[in-house]
Amino acid sequence: MHHTTQLPDHRSAAVRTGAATAAPPPARSGKRRRPTSTQWAAWAFLAPVTLYLALFYAYPLYRNLDLSLRDYTVRSFVQGDAPFTGLANYRKILDDPTFAPALLHTVVFTAVCLLFQYAVGLALAVFFHQNFRLSATLRALFLVPWLLPLIVSASTWSWMLNSDSGVVNALLSALGFDPVNWLTSPSWSLTSVTVANIWIGVPFNLVVLYSGLQSIPASLYEAAALDGANAWQRFWRITFPLLRPVSAITLLLGLVYTLKVFDIIWIMTKGGPADSSTTFATWSYQLGFGNLLPAFGPGAAVGNLLVVAALVFGLVYVRAQRKQALS
Amino acid sequence: MNSSSRQRRLTGVAVTALAVAVTATACSSGSGGSAAQGADSGTYTVWDPYPQFDKTSDWAKLLDECGTKAGVKVKRTAFDTSDLGNKTLLAAQQGNSPDVLVVDNPVVSTLAEAGVLTTTDDNKLDTSKVDPNLLAAGQSGGKTYGTPIGANTLALYYNKDVLKAAGVDAASIKDWKSLTAALAKVKKAGKKGITFSAIGTEEGSFQFLPWFWGSGAELTELDSAQAASALSLWKDWLQNGYAPNSVLNNTQTTSWQEFAGGDYAFGENGTWQLANAKKTGFDYGVLPIPAATSGNAAAPTGGEFVTVPVQEDSGRYATSQKLVTCLTSGENLYTTDTTLSYVAPTSEVQDKQVAANADLKPWVDAVKAAKGRTSDDLGTKYPKISEQMWRAVQSALSGSKSPEDALSEAQSAAK
Repeated sequence: MHHTTQLPDHRSAAVRTGAATAAPPPARSGKRRRPTSTQWAAWAFLAPVTLYLALFYAYPLYRNLDLSLRDYTVRSFVQGDAPFTGLANYRKILDDPTFAPALLHTVVFTAVCLLFQYAVGLALAVFFHQNFRLSATLRALFLVPWLLPLIVSASTWSWMLNSDSGVVNALLSALGFDPVNWLTSPSWSLTSVTVANIWIGVPFNLVVLYSGLQSIPASLYEAAALDGANAWQRFWRITFPLLRPVSAITLLLGLVYTLKVFDIIWIMTKGGPADSSTTFATWSYQLGFGNLLPAFGPGAAVGNLLVVAALVFGLVYVRAQRKQALS
Repeated sequence: MNSSSRQRRLTGVAVTALAVAVTATACSSGSGGSAAQGADSGTYTVWDPYPQFDKTSDWAKLLDECGTKAGVKVKRTAFDTSDLGNKTLLAAQQGNSPDVLVVDNPVVSTLAEAGVLTTTDDNKLDTSKVDPNLLAAGQSGGKTYGTPIGANTLALYYNKDVLKAAGVDAASIKDWKSLTAALAKVKKAGKKGITFSAIGTEEGSFQFLPWFWGSGAELTELDSAQAASALSLWKDWLQNGYAPNSVLNNTQTTSWQEFAGGDYAFGENGTWQLANAKKTGFDYGVLPIPAATSGNAAAPTGGEFVTVPVQEDSGRYATSQKLVTCLTSGENLYTTDTTLSYVAPTSEVQDKQVAANADLKPWVDAVKAAKGRTSDDLGTKYPKISEQMWRAVQSALSGSKSPEDALSEAQSAAK
């Protein structure tokens, strides 16, 4: 009943838009048409989300951009009369001796984390896909790192890696190795935070890739088995190619999450010692809040570089997806 | 695209934009209204960095009492101390400053520079009884921006049992040489030497300063030979195993936990650990931090200032002044500093504190010899110098640079 009454309405709407795009009546284009009530309703429905986006996304982004283009001192921050200085803040951070190491650390940290998180996540997903006994329980256990508050896991890692009283060094010396200054030596600190971050990121990859695996029809594997494909071939010829869309989104999300990782590094090493584990995220915080005298301008500039980097990869992803959809 | 549909879309965008604008103005007028309400003449807002004190604490009760005496209602908000400086800057930007602000002393000069605080000329606070070395942290450009509520500083806690086992007499420690010799003996006896905090934050600079000043170095010249000798002292301790490598990541709290574990002979820590020291279960003593060759080093002062932020309505200062005076005078100051485990900023109350608790004697002496970080008219130059200093400490102790190189780099970056 309901269905039938709605149907004509639908059709007429389709006809209307069809007519409008296909052959516009010349008489209409000259005169301005008043919006109909349905259009008002449409805009009314659109308004809340637009408002939300404007207030909570566009405005903060604009403010961040504005901050990075002005010369803020504590005084001008309060009085709101900071002079516009164009790209001076960006030039300042590019000339900063911290820039090159921070860039290198950000790239290395992100790349290594992504690689290992994805590889380990995929291996575990394939492993759990075999649905053996207790696999659900074990899979749930693997989610623990993801569920723990970051402050808890990061503090635990920093206790474990403590040079003098950490369990890792205790184990090393029990096995006859020299203790390592995991968090306090410039050559190890980046490795330590990377390992901790990989551990935290694996569950996310596991969950998403596992759900991707479930959407691959079992019949493909049966067919491949009949054709005599071994497990290795089944993985490389079926699983991996069919997981490509899921892999792409996992890697993109992982990239965005990893680029902005701040808490783990800050809690474990504060970006130190001697900037040896500073990434753009911690550097931005260090500039803006890590000092009694905040440098909001350069801090915002570093933050914006991060936003741009994430955006670029987002666009690459959208582009790749469109290509895939076309082919 | 058809022109009418484009027009339609444009209208829609315009309408949405209008809606956004209307809501935005509605929001801003709303917040303006609430600010005006906050500045209600009968209610005075107080911000402090003591979130550990709840409504039933002595501190909160004292605030209420002082409010009643001044004939107003006091609305107190407690912030985390590292957060309070930025919160205050934001509030000042919005025209929402509290009436009374209790803030960590090195932040005072930054807030004063921002034009957030009134001077004692404006707010008529009486600071004549305050020890000048403590007041100096709140002075810049010849003006005073508040009054200290209490002070703390650093000294060396030592574990009497460990020293005894190593055959070290605490009274023999008079300079760096004798201290290092004591550390060597302790290590030989199979115990651990000294722990402190050399973390890459303001805390690290705070802990390094007694050694820095004790060497005769000045904050305006980070690359002096004296400064390098102070940093080399720490580095050698680490290299010889007298101090643990973990100092690089130690906050003052984690460093205290290491000392409280009972294996360490010495721990550099503050007045505020006095109550915890009694709970450690071993016999402890307190030594002033020795200077390089003789005498005691100046330690940096910690502790908060009570300030009166700038208000649009200058008529409020009179009541704020009454509130601050109530908090920082005589009997109340004694209560407050006992609650906070601080040394009072006036000799009158200090004497009373020592009379009540003899343990405080070395701390009162240390506070008298202490020096404000932003003193010597360093003001807002201090944060920059401090950041370069803690970075140099981290670079040198982690072995990425020699003390001399780290400090000369710090000096050129701090300029």
